[in-house]
Amino acid sequence: MALKRKVKQFDWQSKHLLGLRDLSAEHISFILDTAEGFEQISTRSVKKAPPLRGRVVVNLFFEDSTRTRNSFALAASRLSADVIEFTQKTSSVSKGETLLDTARNLESMGVDIVVIRHGAAGAPKLLSRSINACVVNAGDGYCEHPTQGLLDVYTIRKRRGTLEGLKIAIVGDIAHSRVARSDMWAMTKLGAEVTFVAPPTLMPAEVEKLPVKISYSLDEVIDKVDVVNMLRIQFERLGGNPFPSVREYSHYFGLTVERMKRAKPDILVMHPGPINRGLEMESEVADGRNSVILDQVRNGLAVRMAVLFLVNQAAAKQKI
Amino acid sequence: MSSEILIKNGRVIDPANSRDEKCDVLISDGKIAEVGRIDKNADTIIDAAGKLVTPGLIDIHVHFREPGDEEEETIASGSAAAVAAGYTSVVCMPNTNPPIQSETDVEYIHRKGRQARKTHVYTMGSITRNREGVELAEMGFMTEAGAVGFTDDGSGVQDPAVMLRALKYAAMFNTFIAQHCQDDSFARDGVMNAGYNSTVLGLPGIDPLAEEAMLWRDIQLVKKTKVRYHAQHISTAGSVELIRQAKKMSLPITCEVTPHHLLFTDDCCADYDTNYKVNPPLRTAADVEALRQAVREGLVDALVSDHAPHLQSEKELEFLAAPFGIASLECTLGLYVKALIEPKIIDWPGLLRLLTVNPARIIGVDKGTLSPGKQADVTIIDPGAQYTVDTAAFYSKSRNCPYQGWKLKAKAEMTIVGGEIRFGA
Repeated sequence: MALKRKVKQFDWQSKHLLGLRDLSAEHISFILDTAEGFEQISTRSVKKAPPLRGRVVVNLFFEDSTRTRNSFALAASRLSADVIEFTQKTSSVSKGETLLDTARNLESMGVDIVVIRHGAAGAPKLLSRSINACVVNAGDGYCEHPTQGLLDVYTIRKRRGTLEGLKIAIVGDIAHSRVARSDMWAMTKLGAEVTFVAPPTLMPAEVEKLPVKISYSLDEVIDKVDVVNMLRIQFERLGGNPFPSVREYSHYFGLTVERMKRAKPDILVMHPGPINRGLEMESEVADGRNSVILDQVRNGLAVRMAVLFLVNQAAAKQKI
Repeated sequence: MSSEILIKNGRVIDPANSRDEKCDVLISDGKIAEVGRIDKNADTIIDAAGKLVTPGLIDIHVHFREPGDEEEETIASGSAAAVAAGYTSVVCMPNTNPPIQSETDVEYIHRKGRQARKTHVYTMGSITRNREGVELAEMGFMTEAGAVGFTDDGSGVQDPAVMLRALKYAAMFNTFIAQHCQDDSFARDGVMNAGYNSTVLGLPGIDPLAEEAMLWRDIQLVKKTKVRYHAQHISTAGSVELIRQAKKMSLPITCEVTPHHLLFTDDCCADYDTNYKVNPPLRTAADVEALRQAVREGLVDALVSDHAPHLQSEKELEFLAAPFGIASLECTLGLYVKALIEPKIIDWPGLLRLLTVNPARIIGVDKGTLSPGKQADVTIIDPGAQYTVDTAAFYSKSRNCPYQGWKLKAKAEMTIVGGEIRFGA
């Protein structure tokens, strides 16, 4: 198969995964191909493989997260790594221990891979400049959430074979969404046409300079797209009052059963989770036959295994 | 200490007196005694051939962090940096910890300045108590103690009624109000310019409107009160246009710019390098061009450093958490040469006007000229001296300087303050 041949030719060299903006389509496809190889481990009776045996992975989470943290922990343990959980809800302040202090401490303990989730955009990059361990971004501010972007395109590719030529709508709080950004980079690099759908008050500054189309109307977009990704409204990130009420937001931007009637019959409905049922989408849609939300969760595991495997391999090569 | 200093054969540039000629300057008993062809014996004779001899440089916007953050800078270290950079007078911003808001605070700054024996050290006072933008601080007592103006720099006065009251009250003391124009309701938690770069970097942005809305509002208040007003570190093309309109109406409005807003765009933030985190934020190429054009047109009244030292450990924080500010006092002259003289936007007399007599007039001190009888604050500049910026060699205590390693031209060779050679002896 063509895909398999490509896997062998590509030489992955980065010991960090900080974002998808700086990756080429080849890089992204290579991660997805690698993930395919890991997917079947989860179907075995003994769900473990040895490539990270003896390695230490730390889950350094400065923000609440259940599924991403568990997904990384499970991915690491399936690759036989030792996993340390380091959860700290407060972000760094000028007095007290800084992010770099924390990271240097962890490094002194012999950590090989740092998986970091942080409220400040750029925190993973800061870390990668300052320590020798591999750094994997598990979400930084509104900047990127690269493994989410990867699992989203993985899920679409698995269903459709390719992203080339697909029309994809990303709906919701674009301004404060790292998922929207990582999705945009990955999807457009792989040849899809992305439309951001949101009220103007939830669009980021100079959104027109991004490689996407812009729409303020889900109704105008819903019948034209092959995939719709409904972002979670994160009340803790919304500043001020970007829409008058949840009811009005849902009226214009909620994925309702009624709206779904106008969609293509094979449209893929995605959501990065956790869903606010009745807000971003009605329950019947979330649980309906077009929903691939649970596929996303399942695929996330394979993608994260691939990422941990690749950064570790690159680090090992650099040591030689 | 010699009582007479004769500076021979320099190119004497004294914009206040429209002088630009090769001649000599005689200093006697701490005052300018004579400027012209002088054949005379003096206790100290300095050959300034090939050098510029100018009134001492004046920076009306520095942060010396004292009291409160002496680990970052002190008045002693800051004024040592200033005098080495050719400055003879500096104006400290009052956003210290606690802020400068009483006559005692003002006197404290002056005492520390005198003890340091480097430059003259002036201070502005806070407009409002604790810089909270609610109640006026004691402007009268502070003015009597020598505060040269008032600002809540670090933030703008948000409430228009409070700002109106501040302007009206300031009229009584013939002082002026300086404003860091930033409407917080637009700026919110922003850490860089709002635009493509902030969007891609995932950082909250500060819209240019945050500055322009407040500047526009203040211009309306100045129209009403006719009280002197100074817009600090303007950063956007929109602000330049507002200043242009205000000056057309002959309102008593002045403004200043910084080197970084003339040299950098928000592209510099792309790597989350916190040395480029500054407030107002670095803007776009169009804004940089508009600011340079403003200097060319004579709309800009003063060039400042906005020297804002910070600890390395603070600048090592996440971009979101790190403090705003660039420490650049020691290379400011070279930066202005690079930003304004090399691209032929202004010439040396034009540059020195914005670094001497103009800022002196804004703060209302009798300085910035080489007129006989004036206090002898004189700087000798080698306009051809090339050097590489080395933050490790700074007199300043801080290193948060994005110009590290830059090759610059023009350096202060000697700085004379009140007739005393304080640098370059």
